[in-house]
Amino acid sequence: MSLEEFKNRNVGVQNYITVQDDNYPKTNGEAFKQVVKRSLKGELFNGLKITFNMMKEALFKNQMHTVQYPAEKLPISPRYRAVHKLLALLESGENRCIGCGLCEKICISNCIKMDTRIDENSRKEVLEYTINMGRCIFCGYCAEVCPELAIVHGGRYENASEQRAHFALKEDLLTPLDKLSLQKEYEGFGAVSIDADEKIKKTPLLY
Amino acid sequence: METSIIIETVVKAIVILALFSALAGFTTYIERKILAFMQRRLGPMNVGPYGLLQIAADGIKLFMKEDFIPQNAIRPIFMIAPIITAATAFIAMSAVPFLPEFELFGYTVRPIIADINVGVLFVMGVASVGLYGPLLGGMSSANKWSLLGGARTAIQLLSYEVVSGLALLAPLMLVGSLSLIDINNYQNGGFTSWLVWSQPLAFILFVIAGFAETNRTPFDLLEHEAEIIAGYATEYSGIRWGMFFIGEYANLFTICFLVSLIFLGGFNDLWFIPGGLAIILKVMFLIFFFLWTRASWPHIRPDQLMWLCWKILMPLAVLNILITGFVMMF
Ligand code: SF4
Ligand code: SF4
Repeated sequence: MSLEEFKNRNVGVQNYITVQDDNYPKTNGEAFKQVVKRSLKGELFNGLKITFNMMKEALFKNQMHTVQYPAEKLPISPRYRAVHKLLALLESGENRCIGCGLCEKICISNCIKMDTRIDENSRKEVLEYTINMGRCIFCGYCAEVCPELAIVHGGRYENASEQRAHFALKEDLLTPLDKLSLQKEYEGFGAVSIDADEKIKKTPLLY
Repeated sequence: METSIIIETVVKAIVILALFSALAGFTTYIERKILAFMQRRLGPMNVGPYGLLQIAADGIKLFMKEDFIPQNAIRPIFMIAPIITAATAFIAMSAVPFLPEFELFGYTVRPIIADINVGVLFVMGVASVGLYGPLLGGMSSANKWSLLGGARTAIQLLSYEVVSGLALLAPLMLVGSLSLIDINNYQNGGFTSWLVWSQPLAFILFVIAGFAETNRTPFDLLEHEAEIIAGYATEYSGIRWGMFFIGEYANLFTICFLVSLIFLGGFNDLWFIPGGLAIILKVMFLIFFFLWTRASWPHIRPDQLMWLCWKILMPLAVLNILITGFVMMF
């Protein structure tokens, strides 16, 4: 490919079709004919008929387009990327996060901040883990990159609130210890697929 | 005798004021509901059963909202303008016979405040004074959108005043009286004697002009939201804004009553339906029609509006008068 072709940014413009280009009346006589035709054709009444049928169907067949939002919610896909969740280990209830910092590194809007230290067992311990929801663009990179499936995207898409307390801290995002039995293997974005067990292969160490 | 007439008139005036102010509120509810169903939505649902108390909620909101006057507005005119709209809309009603005469506790009530023999002229005249409401409101608001809305008020209402006046002339020539009661009585021969059959063109012209004069979609250029935000009413809030809309809906009722009285047989009995019910049904159908078109038809541009008025409707109206005249002559 030559440089010229790269420089041509006008891609696609050539194929536009002008709608109704040929239908515009050109002389006064044609314009008059169009007016008469449109006046007598009853197109306006066609419009009335359509809206009337819409009303009939809405009233008697209950064909509404609306969702009564706060009372009624549409199901959203488990792969939807909404507010993050930090998952816990099922066995111990410990945070799955190993503090590797990959999510912090990859986050393109720089909204993950974490603080780690080496604890008494010489393991890395996560002290602080914050996600600035105001900056997050919900791209899903953090969930994608996490080697431990610790950070995933939840389904909570209603982020508006009038109280500070409604905005979650790490403790709120992490499954609490006493509710651990209720934690389901998560299906959402960043989690392993449901049939991961079947897909798994033995590592060479086992042989 | 004298005092009884005064008392009767005052009572009638109060009843009409109260009834039509309430109806204006109720019509906004009906309008929202019907528009919603036509667009497969639900409309107001949350306040009261089926959203019925929405009217009360809206009313409270309008009364409680701060009534502010913009800094550079011309205060007295800005404050008076909505009153002009509401007042003229109700004054116009005083010459409209709403129902046939009926007996109440042995007392014959004539549901018209003033049976003047120039009824149509009075109604049209006062209704056209209503043009000053939006016009002055728009011009005094110190806001360019309002100014544009005011300018459009002038072109739209003045132009369509001509069409509606000319359109009414032909049926008036047939009836030979300007009193709405006479016009109504002219059509007392049942369904076939309705003036709409002998004056179909005048009927269509008058309905179109009625749409324009009551500022209803597709002719609501005065406050075309997509172009000039809320037009002449941009700066208005609270009860003053509410008054504009009470006036608009009162005008809507007046036009519907006029159309029913002049073209659709008025309050004469229709087959088995008594006259009082007949006219209410007609008015209800017309109001529904007004809402129906609002959901179906697109807005038009100001130049199209003027084009329609002066190049199509006005010549047609004159032609109609000429033909009526010739038919009556020979
Ligand atoms: S979803 Fe994207 S923007 Fe939000 S925290 Fe994760 S990496 Fe950052
Ligand atoms: S990528 Fe996962 S494990 Fe690593 S710091 Fe982030 S959340 Fe913790």
